[in-house]
This record gives sequence, structure tokens and C-alpha cells, in this order.
Amino acid sequence: MKKIKFEDLVKVIRDSVIEINCVPSPELISKYNQSIENEDNILSKQVLLSLKENALIAKERMIPICQDTGTAVFFIEYGTEINIDGGFIYDAIYEGVRLGYQEGYLRKSIVDNPLNRKNTGNNLPPIIHTKLIEGENLNIVVLAKGAGSENMSSLKMMTPSDGIEGIKNFVLETVVKAGPNPCPPITVGVGVGSNFEGVALLAKKALVKDLFETVEDDLIMEIEADLKMKLNELNIGPQGFGGKTSVFDVAVMMEPCHIASMPVAVNINCHVIRHKKIIF
Amino acid sequence: MLLRTPIDKKVLKDLKAGEQIHITGTIYTARDSAHKLLTQLIKEGRKLPFELKGSIIYYAGPAPTKPGEVVGSIGPTTSYRMDPYTPDILNEGAAILIGKGSRSDFVKASLLQNNAIYCAALGGAGALLASKVKNISVVAFAELGPEAIYKLEVEEFPVIVVNDLEGNDIYENH
Repeated sequence: MKKIKFEDLVKVIRDSVIEINCVPSPELISKYNQSIENEDNILSKQVLLSLKENALIAKERMIPICQDTGTAVFFIEYGTEINIDGGFIYDAIYEGVRLGYQEGYLRKSIVDNPLNRKNTGNNLPPIIHTKLIEGENLNIVVLAKGAGSENMSSLKMMTPSDGIEGIKNFVLETVVKAGPNPCPPITVGVGVGSNFEGVALLAKKALVKDLFETVEDDLIMEIEADLKMKLNELNIGPQGFGGKTSVFDVAVMMEPCHIASMPVAVNINCHVIRHKKIIF
Repeated sequence: MLLRTPIDKKVLKDLKAGEQIHITGTIYTARDSAHKLLTQLIKEGRKLPFELKGSIIYYAGPAPTKPGEVVGSIGPTTSYRMDPYTPDILNEGAAILIGKGSRSDFVKASLLQNNAIYCAALGGAGALLASKVKNISVVAFAELGPEAIYKLEVEEFPVIVVNDLEGNDIYENH
């Protein structure tokens, strides 16, 4: 049994939600740099320069890169040999989120009920996905997920005959329809397979695919490369003003599915990529 | 081009879709819940919390203000959610709407009819835009937190014209 102190878990969650919201990752800055270099359209180049400047201002002043500091989403891989000393793991996550959003001056964007719409005032509850794993590891992936891009996401229960072309067309259709709304350059997470609820989760995981161990598959890599090329030819461009950079990345994840089904989900993330992996 | 508030709608006719402009003066934030409440007041013929005629409305909900800062990050939210309420706001005389993303055809028609324009601020640039805000105060619906109506005093606040008075749209023609 490996012991992890409840307080340590709270602190690391608190610090992580503040960090991902206020400190741009080197990966994000390098994506801005690459697209600035690549862009010919004057307005779009200027937009990208401003987005980079914004990220650097946020880091310097430790204020959020974007005021929509999102829903806190967690993917937890919980080893069966882990013992949280002093409390329950979900209580630690909740407390870390509450403290981080409060003490980090992050916006509280969660309402208690989709119809009454009263702000909970502490950004709770987060959304937590837990998977049991063997052993003494505790891996936590945390995302701050904004709603502007989440609202542009889509799911379709396709059928086997739709094939690869059907999947690609659905992704293209979803991104065209989203246009300037999700704050491009976007990241596109695509889930294929599983079932109705499983495919949405796969698409969300695909947004942070690099933080999960996946087996590289030639077909998936080909689909990702082709989609990235096609999406960047759409001339949506940064913020929708036209240009070569409509998407930063496309990531596809697949899982087995029923003989009658081919579920496809497209989850969109804005240009502000905010996530990290915590390993205990 | 620098615009100062209050806006005389006559100056808007020279602005073209895709043009960058800067705004100095007073702008008001209002997003989903505030729009719902504002249009209710309009329908009931009641007094509004601020003068809509010649006003600039910014679709935004700021992050909390950190000690030592004027305001928290304050970028635009996606505009189409405000579409159902927008004709009522425009009919009351709002001159410039600021958000991000495209508008419905009925909103574009209402903009033209009212000689008003729609502009985009940079989405996901809340820290940069916060540096253009010199003062913030709550005007109405404080209980809504980030969704309250805030009065912002801004200096050279940068926006890009999306829908101009000739019916052009930068998202459709670029």
C-alpha cells in the first residue's frame, strides 16, 4: 500500500488549476510562434502576435490567460494499492478546485442547475472520470475546459458503411459550422467507436492524447494528418478572420464498438490549451 | 481609428469590416443572464440600469480582480447566444456590440436597420484586454457575479469590425 496524504493531494490540485489557467505551457508558446511564422495574412498574423502577448502578460501578472477559466475536468487513474491518508479522494479534488479557483482569482463559471442557473460560487462541482488500475500509481490529468469551444462540439451515431470518409466529413462539417466561435486556432479531439457515452469521453481524452499512453497506429496517424491538412485549408484562420492556421492539432482515439455501430464524437478546444498531468 | 464614447452613430458609416479600431470611454458588459433581464425590463417598459442609446455593449464576464489589479481577465464570450435578445437591445439605440463569433441573419438585419455595428474583441486574450481597462464598477444585477452588468472605463480598447453598415461580414469575406 502506498500512502498519499490528503493535504498533499489538495495542495497539488489547488496549485495545478491555478498554474494551467495562468501560466502558458511552452507547448502553447511554440504553437503561437510556429503559426506566426507560417501566416501571410496581415490581420491574422497580428491576431496571433496579440494572443502570444496575452499569454505572456498572464504569466507575468499571474492572471488567467482567458477569463473563462473553465470547468475543471479530471481523468484519474487510481491504483488499487493506493491509500489516501486523511480523507476521500473526491473530497480532495473538490477542495483543491475550490481553493484554487478562490485563491487564484479564477472565474467561477458553474451554475447549480441548467434551468435555474444559480452560480455555485466556487466552480464546483468538477467533472471527474475515474479508472481503476493495478498497483501503486495515482495519475491525474487535469483540464480547464472553456465553454465557447465545448458548445461547438458534436456527436453522431454513424453506421459502419459511413467508413473513414464519413468520419472525416463529419469532423470537417463540425469545424466549418463552428467557424470563428470556438476561438481558433483550435485543437480537435475525435473519438471513434465505443458507444454513445463512451465516444464523448474518448473525444475529450483525445484533446489531451499526449498525456495518455497510446499505441501508435498508422491508420490513426494518417487520419489525423489528413484532417489537419484539410482543416487548415478551410481558411477559417485565427479568430475566424482567415488564414492558414485554423487548427493547431487533430487527435483521434479509437475503441472497439458494436457490430451495428460507429459512434463519432468531435470535441473542440480553443487556442488556449490548458492541461497537465500529475503523477504520484 | 480611435472612437470616443458616447458614440454618434454617424461616425460608424465610415468603418469597414476587417478594420481595427480602438475605443476610449465607457462600455458596459452584459452576457446571457443580463440580456435576459434587460430585455424583460424593455418589454415591461421599465427604467433600464443604464442608457442604451449610443452605448457600447461588451459580451463579457470578467475573472475576479486580483489585489493590485484594476480588473481580472476580461475577454469576449461567444456572441450568438445573445442573438435572441439583440434586436430589442438595438431597437433601444445601442451603437456598437462587441463579442466574438458570427451572428444570425436576423441580427445582421437588425444591425443594418438600426445603423449599428458588431465588432469582435480577441477571444482568449482576456489578460491583454484587461490591461486596457482603467476602471470597473457594478451597474446592475450584482448577484449574478461574473454575469452582472459592469461599467468599464477603457482606453484604446482594441476591436475588429465584423459587420459594417454596408452589410459586409469579415467572417464570410476574408
